[in-house]
Amino acid sequence: MDFVVNLLAMCVPFSVALLLASIGEMFNQRAGVFNLGCEGVMAMGAFIGMLVPFMIGKGGEVANYWNYLGILAAVMVGALLGLFFGLIVVTFRAPQGIAGIGLQMFGVGTAGTLFRHFVGGTQSVVGIPNSPVPLLSKIPVVGDIFFNHNLLVYFAFLFVPVAWYILFKTSWGLKVRAVGTYPRAADSMGINVNKTRYQALMLGGALAALSGAYLSLAQAKMFSQSLIAGRGFIAVALVYFGHWHPVQIMGGALLFSLAQTFQAAIQGLGINFPYEFAVMLPYVLVIVVLSFTSRNQTTSPSALGKPFNREIRT
Amino acid sequence: MEHITKRFPGVLACDDISIHVGEGEVLALVGENGAGKTTLMNILMGLYQQDEGRILINGEEVRFRGPEDAFAAGLGMVHQQYMLVPNMTVTENVALGYQQAWKPLKLDLKMVRDRVIEISEHYGLQVNPDAYIWQLSVGEQQRVELVKTLCLGARFLILDEPTSALTPQETDELILLLKRMKDELSIIFISHKLNEVKALSNKVTILRHGKVVFNGETDDYSPQEIAALMTGHEVQLPENKEPDMHGAPALVLKDVCVRSDRGFLALDGLDLTVHEGEIVGLAGVSGNGQRELAEAINGLRSVERGTITFFGVNLANKNPYYVIDHGMGYIPEERNVEGIVPPFAIRENFILKDSDRERFSHLSFLKKKSIEENAKRLRDDFDIRCPGTSTSAGSLSGGNIQKVILAREITRAPKFLIAVYPTRGLDMGAIEFIHRELLKKRREGIGILLVSEELDEIINLSDRIAVIYKGKIQKVLPHAEANRRNLGILMAGVNEDE
Ligand SMILES: Nc1ncnc2c1ncn2[C@@H]1O[C@H](COP(=O)(O)OP(=O)(O)OP(=O)(O)O)[C@@H](O)[C@H]1O
Ligand SMILES: [Mg+2]
Repeated sequence: MDFVVNLLAMCVPFSVALLLASIGEMFNQRAGVFNLGCEGVMAMGAFIGMLVPFMIGKGGEVANYWNYLGILAAVMVGALLGLFFGLIVVTFRAPQGIAGIGLQMFGVGTAGTLFRHFVGGTQSVVGIPNSPVPLLSKIPVVGDIFFNHNLLVYFAFLFVPVAWYILFKTSWGLKVRAVGTYPRAADSMGINVNKTRYQALMLGGALAALSGAYLSLAQAKMFSQSLIAGRGFIAVALVYFGHWHPVQIMGGALLFSLAQTFQAAIQGLGINFPYEFAVMLPYVLVIVVLSFTSRNQTTSPSALGKPFNREIRT
Repeated sequence: MEHITKRFPGVLACDDISIHVGEGEVLALVGENGAGKTTLMNILMGLYQQDEGRILINGEEVRFRGPEDAFAAGLGMVHQQYMLVPNMTVTENVALGYQQAWKPLKLDLKMVRDRVIEISEHYGLQVNPDAYIWQLSVGEQQRVELVKTLCLGARFLILDEPTSALTPQETDELILLLKRMKDELSIIFISHKLNEVKALSNKVTILRHGKVVFNGETDDYSPQEIAALMTGHEVQLPENKEPDMHGAPALVLKDVCVRSDRGFLALDGLDLTVHEGEIVGLAGVSGNGQRELAEAINGLRSVERGTITFFGVNLANKNPYYVIDHGMGYIPEERNVEGIVPPFAIRENFILKDSDRERFSHLSFLKKKSIEENAKRLRDDFDIRCPGTSTSAGSLSGGNIQKVILAREITRAPKFLIAVYPTRGLDMGAIEFIHRELLKKRREGIGILLVSEELDEIINLSDRIAVIYKGKIQKVLPHAEANRRNLGILMAGVNEDE
């Protein structure tokens, strides 16, 4: 029983980075832009996020608000990177797959270089402390699983319904969905297709960077060049997995993290079993589920990956 | 609009066009496929920017940067290709342009819904505000488009071929409706069907090759005269008055059952025979199984029961390649989705079905020269208006895309031809040409199954006419016995014999 509670209590904060990044990617894709550069934006976010408190405290104790200032800076850098990506794929209509890989390499590379320049070797930071929710965290089992984490964890999960509301209940969300499915129709209704895509890319970039900053400030409490470790790509896969719907994406993020924590745990138990297979488990799971659930035509943004040009037919 | 000129790479789509529409007037804009009608209207809506010329509204020059400016000026357009997001509801589609409902933190869908209901009641246009677009038939989508445009407050309506995909009944309803609306609105109406133009418009303007060639009062001219002015020659639709060829059965369907996309039986024990050298017209209101029938024969839909015998082989549940290989020609209903690969060049679209034949390739290497020759010949024979054979097929005007498909299917020398709504969206001159081609094929001894909603087309061309209703053949009439009246009755599901 304890084993299971522990597993679940670990899995929840573990899923946050994936959750934030894939919700961001969901907004990109709902608007019709496929952003493979998520990983790079996360790396930049992780670096900027930890840089601010590190510069202030030189690795020592700092007031908590410096952490949040770091997060704010990361989010802004992420939005800027989204804007930059928009310039390439929306305005210049570059092929999105290639541009995304470029952004990924740019982000990871730049973050690493700046890190060596400003910080040097691997350095841990104090990071964001846990803030148990009063009363609720005292509930047995449930308290530990859901209410004994840092503020970003609560934020990420509260953002899921917010994202749902934005997407389905606001005029901006309506525009995003139209622009990603049938941009010509949106255009004929007087909606600025490119502007909407830019906005979605900025939101997506901000969320990816937030996810990166979460990793460096709240989860690992340090930065290294391999901190992101492919989570950006998993986030992209989770968007398909969750059929572009925030709640289903959350389910995917939790499932994947559960598999991750589970495999870490069985390695810890010291069962005689080649650990490589354990490491594979979450990825195999994603592939299997993807191949069984990917045929849903009605929700997928059908203009995904296609640049829009008003004067060119079809 | 004065002196509007618009160029696309390699085409002069509009060449110094001037038109004007007064308040409460209906202007019909007619012209051959690719004459520039759609382009001109897109300029008026601010979707394209003209290279030269100006637009005046109530005497004032306006410059629209996009449709939002045109809406603000009271213009609204129903596009040739419907502009509806398929996975959204009717209300949501209207909300896309209904900015009053865009509250800062909330989209007021209820307000939009009320507006939709108000407008649809005011004009007697039935729509269900909560239905998803993909659930609706073409006719219903047409109504949604109209409601949408009216909801946004249009005082000036542009209708680009609104009737080309409607059933005859739906067309009549729309024309009646527009007649009622013309007291309140000004309308520009684009259509290839000249009787509609006659019924509705006060003035008519004819475009040819991007130029205005004629302006006049509708009442002074008959449809034949307008057709002649449009094409430059007298249009005489051919009729099938030829003797029976007594051909052997080519295609025999027995007790065919097929399910539709939504799972019910779209074909329910259908029997039909088409002989060599015979045109069988399949009449019926669309949605009675025509689409499923054509797909089942062509290996695009699985057959639950029954046989499709084609020159001795059973085609039921075979793949499309097998069917094509046995000599089947197919002109599909959805030209953009099934008929062409839009980004491919025109010449590539011409050889889609024959790319591995010796004629166009040798050891898998394409023969550029013969492909090009073939393309040039078809372009000239079928009068396809395009800048060159390497233009992407998707950039052509709607009618010219249809001609690309027709040219490919007719000249592939098939043993049999299934033509589904072959003249939808074509101008009068092109229809005349296609009808002659079909009759020529018949004389060559080829069997043709002609699916159409145009009763005149069916009556003119067919040797026998089969009426389909709810997935069954209601009755088969020889040409001599068929007329509009008895076909109409049969199409409505009433069988006189019973
Ligand atoms: N976006 C575009 N890019 C390139 N060429 C275009 C574009 N739009 C139109 N054209 C060309 O301009 C010409 C006029 O096309 P348009 O769609 O206005 O014809 P139309 O009169 O509406 O014909 P139809 O009756 O077949 O709809 C055609 O030759 C077409 O190929
Ligand atoms: Mg047109």
